[in-house]
Order: sequence, then C-alpha cells, then structure tokens
Amino acid sequence: MTEANAGVIDHAASHTPPRKRRIRWGAIGDHAVLIVGSLFMMLPLLMVLQMTTVPDVEVIKTGPSLTIGHQLPENFDKAMFQASGFSGQNTGLNMLKNSFILGIGFALGKILIGMMAAYAIVYFRMRFATLAFWVIFTTLLLPLEVRILPSYEVVQKLGMLNTYQGLIIPLIASATATFFFRQFFRSVPEELVEAARIDGAGPVKFFIDILVPLSRTMIAAMFIIMFVYGWNQYLWPTMITTEEDMFTLVRGIKQITQVLEGNRIPEYGRANLLAIIAIIPPVMVVIFFQSWFVKGLTESDK
Amino acid sequence: MAQVSLKNIRKVYPNGAEALTPSSFDIGDGEFVVLVGPSGCGKSTLLRMVAGLEEITEGELTINGRVMNDVDPADRDIAMVFQNYALYPHMSVRKNIAYGLKNRKTPKDVIERKVAEAAAMLNLNEYLDRKPSQLSGGQRQRVAMGRAIVRDPALFLFDEPLSNLDAKLRNQMRIEIKALQRRLGVTSIYVTHDQVEAMTMADRIIVMNAGRIEQIGTPAEIYHRPASTFVASFMGAPPMNLISARLDGGRVMINGDTVLAAAEGSGAVTLGIRPEDVVLGAEGSISFHVDIIEELGAHRLLHGRLADQEFTIHVGKDVEAAPGETRIALKSDAITLFHPETGKAL
Ligand SMILES: Nc1ncnc2c1ncn2[C@@H]1O[C@H](COP(=O)(O)OP(=O)(O)OP(=O)(O)O)[C@@H](O)[C@H]1O
Ligand SMILES: [Mg+2]
Repeated sequence: MTEANAGVIDHAASHTPPRKRRIRWGAIGDHAVLIVGSLFMMLPLLMVLQMTTVPDVEVIKTGPSLTIGHQLPENFDKAMFQASGFSGQNTGLNMLKNSFILGIGFALGKILIGMMAAYAIVYFRMRFATLAFWVIFTTLLLPLEVRILPSYEVVQKLGMLNTYQGLIIPLIASATATFFFRQFFRSVPEELVEAARIDGAGPVKFFIDILVPLSRTMIAAMFIIMFVYGWNQYLWPTMITTEEDMFTLVRGIKQITQVLEGNRIPEYGRANLLAIIAIIPPVMVVIFFQSWFVKGLTESDK
Repeated sequence: MAQVSLKNIRKVYPNGAEALTPSSFDIGDGEFVVLVGPSGCGKSTLLRMVAGLEEITEGELTINGRVMNDVDPADRDIAMVFQNYALYPHMSVRKNIAYGLKNRKTPKDVIERKVAEAAAMLNLNEYLDRKPSQLSGGQRQRVAMGRAIVRDPALFLFDEPLSNLDAKLRNQMRIEIKALQRRLGVTSIYVTHDQVEAMTMADRIIVMNAGRIEQIGTPAEIYHRPASTFVASFMGAPPMNLISARLDGGRVMINGDTVLAAAEGSGAVTLGIRPEDVVLGAEGSISFHVDIIEELGAHRLLHGRLADQEFTIHVGKDVEAAPGETRIALKSDAITLFHPETGKAL
C-alpha cells in the first residue's frame, strides 16, 4: 500500500513538464573538488592494492610503482586459505570469521545492554536513577585502555583468555550506547507511554512493541559506530588472544609482517591484501546501514 | 457504560504543588461531562487521575462501585484520547486500532471484525494501511477515536482532543464526537479550555479554576446562573457584564438608577448580566455611553461605559445603534448578584 501510494505520488509529480537542463558551473566545480579530494584520499589504498599484485621481491626492489602484476590470485589464496603460523589455524578466512564475531558480537551486545540500561533509567521511577546514570556515564572516562591491566586479570581469572566472551564482554562495558539511547528515549513523547499503558502493554511489551521499532534508526547508527569500533580493536585482542585460531584480522596482519625468519622477505603482498580485506566489511556496513537509516530519518516518525 | 464517583480527590505533585484541592462529584451512566477552565487549573490532572496515569494523593475514585485508586490503567476499562493523538508512529492505522485488543488476547477474527466496524464508523476504511504520518490531523484524531472505541470501554476520557485542529475541522469533529458518544452511550469525561466546546457538547459542565471546582451544572445553568464571577466571566463570548452596584432598601442601584426592585440585604454587590439580556431604548432606566460598535453580521456588539465601568451589549442586526449617549434597561430576571469580595453568587 505504501509503495503503491508512493507510486501514485511519483506519477502525479512526473506530470509537471520537464525543465530544460542548464549547465551549472558551480555544481561542476563542487564535484571536481570532491572528486580530486577523494582520489587523493584513496591514493594510499590504491598503492596498497597495487602492491598485492606484484611479487614481494619487486616491492623491495622498486618500491611503489604503476605496474600491475599477476600475483593477485596467488596472494589471495595465500592470504585467505594458508596459515602463516605454526598451528595452521590462522588463515585469513579464520581471522575474518573471528573479526566478524568480535564486531557483530560487540555491536549487538552494546546495543542490547545500552538500550536496556537507558530504558531502566528513563522510564522507571528509581530512587537513584540520576545517580545511576552518572555512574554509568563516568565509564566514558575509563575506556578499556585505562583499565586494561585489571580487566586482563579479571578475564584471566575467569578463564576467559582465548575465548570470544573474553574478547567481547570487557569491551562492552562503557556508556556510549546507554548515553545515546537515553537521549533518544527522552525525546519520545510521554503520551506514547501512557497510551500504551492504557492499551494494556506492560513494560516488556512496550519496550519490544514500541520502543525498539521506534529506535531502529538509532540502532542502525549505533550498529555502524560499534561494529567499526569493535572490528578495529587491536590492543585488547592482542592481549587476550594468544592462540592463533583466535586471532582477528587486525591483530593477525601484524603477525605476518613480523615473520622475518633468516633472510626471508616479508610477505608484503599477503599482508597488504589482508589489510584491504580488513577494510571491506566496515565499509560495507557503513554503506548498507547508512542508506537504511537515512530512509528512517526522512519518514518523520514520533 | 459506567458510573464514576470522585470523593474528596486531591492531588499534590511531588514538588509540593497542589494541583487539585479535594473535589467530589458523580457522573451518571452515559453522561457526557466536560471539564473546562483556564490553562493550569488542573483539568488534565483530574482526568489523568481518573485514567490512572497519575497517582491519587487523597480521596477515593470509584467506577461502577469499584474503588480504582490503585488499579492499573489497563484494568480500569477506560479509553483515552490525547491532545497530540499519541498514535504509535511505526504502526499502520489498522495496527494502531488493534493494539489494545491484541494485548488483551482477543481472538484474531474478533479483532478484525471490531477494527472493521470502528473504521466504518469513523470513515477510516481507505486509510487502514497507512502510517499515522501519512494522515491529516483530523484523520489522526479519528484513528485515536478508533483506538478508543474498539475496546468497548466503560468510560471515555478526552484531553483536549481537538485543540490541534483548525477551527473548521474542530467544529466538524466536535459534532462527530458528540454523535458517536450518543450512539455508543459511553460515559465520557472531556477536558477542554474552549467554552464553545464545553457549551455545545456537555450534558453537564464542570468549571474549574486554580485547582478548585467552581461550579457543576448543565450548560444552561452554567450560562444563566453562574455560581461565581469567575464562571460568569469565563463562560460566554463576550463574557457576562460585571458591574459594581449598591443594595439599598431592597433595591439594586447603579449610580442612583434603580435596576432591580426585589432584592434582600444591603451594601455593595457585583451585578452580572449577559450582553444579550440588555434592552436598548429611550424608555430604559439607565444611561449608557456607546464607544465602539462591532459589526458581526448576524448581530452587533456595542462596547461602551455604564457608570464609568466597561459594559457590552449584544443586539440583533436590525436594531438601530450609533455611538454616543443612549438609554438601556436590564431584564430583571436575567440579573445575577455576586458578593463583591468573594465573587460568589448571592
Ligand atoms: N508533573 C507535575 N509536577 C508538578 N506540577 C505539575 C505537574 N503536572 C502539572 N503540574 C501543575 O499542576 C497544575 C495543573 O496542571 P494541569 O496539567 O492539570 O493543567 P490543565 O488544566 O490541564 O492546563 P492546560 O489547559 O494548559 O492543559 C499546573 O499548575 C501545573 O503546573
Ligand atoms: Mg491539560
């Protein structure tokens, strides 16, 4: 029905006679600046891409060049399917999997905890709600890096080294999502809660039936930020994972460039290709969710 | 259908503000009661306490004989229509209307039938699959009505449901709501600060001021026999004329002119008379100075001064009038006298 209506409206709009296009030099200038800028920003990326197509020796001999070699399929095979360590576990594919588990687990965990905490703070008359919020808020001043040693100790004592929960849970403990969801929930009109109460929706029903759907743009935005943040974690995974089958991409790449046994040449092609592979999922998440939440923002809900 | 009874209901907000002084009244089966009063007088507070959205500080609320003070809003068998509609923005009209039924575990086929009935009654059939954001204000208001009526509640509560609509639509919706309430026979409490709405819709009006009930009565009683100068000046447009006068030897005098013969007591009084209860003519006993004439088509308003106090007269369009000195008479049975200090009717 919605689509059908939109169709009708489009149809009606297309009745207005087409206007003659004029060349707008201003717009062309704007675009030229943007294109030049983005090419400039992409240059390092293109250089890395070029290096994955030539043999490693050539990278050392000539440095960056404009030639495109034939090494890409071979490097891809090496990067994705061959292990670089001793256990034979840290193939690119495995690391990709671990990165996804970390990124998605972290983002979802954070959204879930953040939403529920914000729900409690905003909608329930608790004695110390404001105090609770500010206590949660102060965790913003204590990111994982600050409390990394005690966190490590706790995780180690709980026997969670080299586990996914050990990777994810300590990272979740910070207030960013709670804070954003709190601000968002406070902007939801009070009458909606009251209407739902009269309609017989209890706290859980209201949360699931009304608050979560209303927050979907917020959830999308949070997911982008949190996924990228989790995906790019370096320090924490380096500390927590010592077994190669638990390595994430971001942590694993370094391992490869470090391998300098005797006079072997570092595997530049492989490492660079992994770097590019590591970039792709966050980019995809941003592109996918962005279009989704722009759509959400333009429907004036609430 | 329900009988609602409030006994000494009082509301003190946590910040210490007393929004409602102890107030009592009863509402009969199928009655349409309008709460009216200026902004901040506690109308919404009273309504929300009946709905269960606000805690009752003191007193007892019963619906159909059952004490409701601590009953959850969902279990009070009420439905409420909010000023800004409070529709669930992510749900279609159909789902909005059905949501309350769904939460009560009503069978699917019953829900469908009831939603269809409500939609037909409110002319919403073609909008059932739209989102609230794709509707006009009047349509949204109807959806809010639909959400209220599908549940067959015992009591409708309205909190200024029409104040977001433009004047024309407001008139139309006013009639629709009234007709719907008549048809369904559901007891209703309707909050508004618009006295036209109050006069036209109510079986009984409750006029409130600063957390107190000023008067309870039928629209005619409220209009013709206001219990206080506040009610007199709040209801009616233009409001009732209030003139200070003197009681002397059983006669009410303004500036030495006798306006009313049979009255008891003596001393200062406030005399109230509706602008339309004044007769213009040379045989009148009081002199009146017309300053401005307002032409309103069907009738005219003559604004001027009577004994140096502001005074307004309402005359038909065929009555000759010109600015300047003239004489008037007051219809004696339309005069209300108020205490000059307390403002209460004598
Ligand atoms: N949550 C609250 N806490 C403290 N005081 C409140 C609260 N809600 C309302 N009040 C006060 O109670 C009084 C009555 O408010 P209420 O909302 O009932 O007015 P109203 O008659 O509905 O006015 P309006 O016509 O503007 O809606 C006001 O003085 C208001 O400031
Ligand atoms: Mg109000």
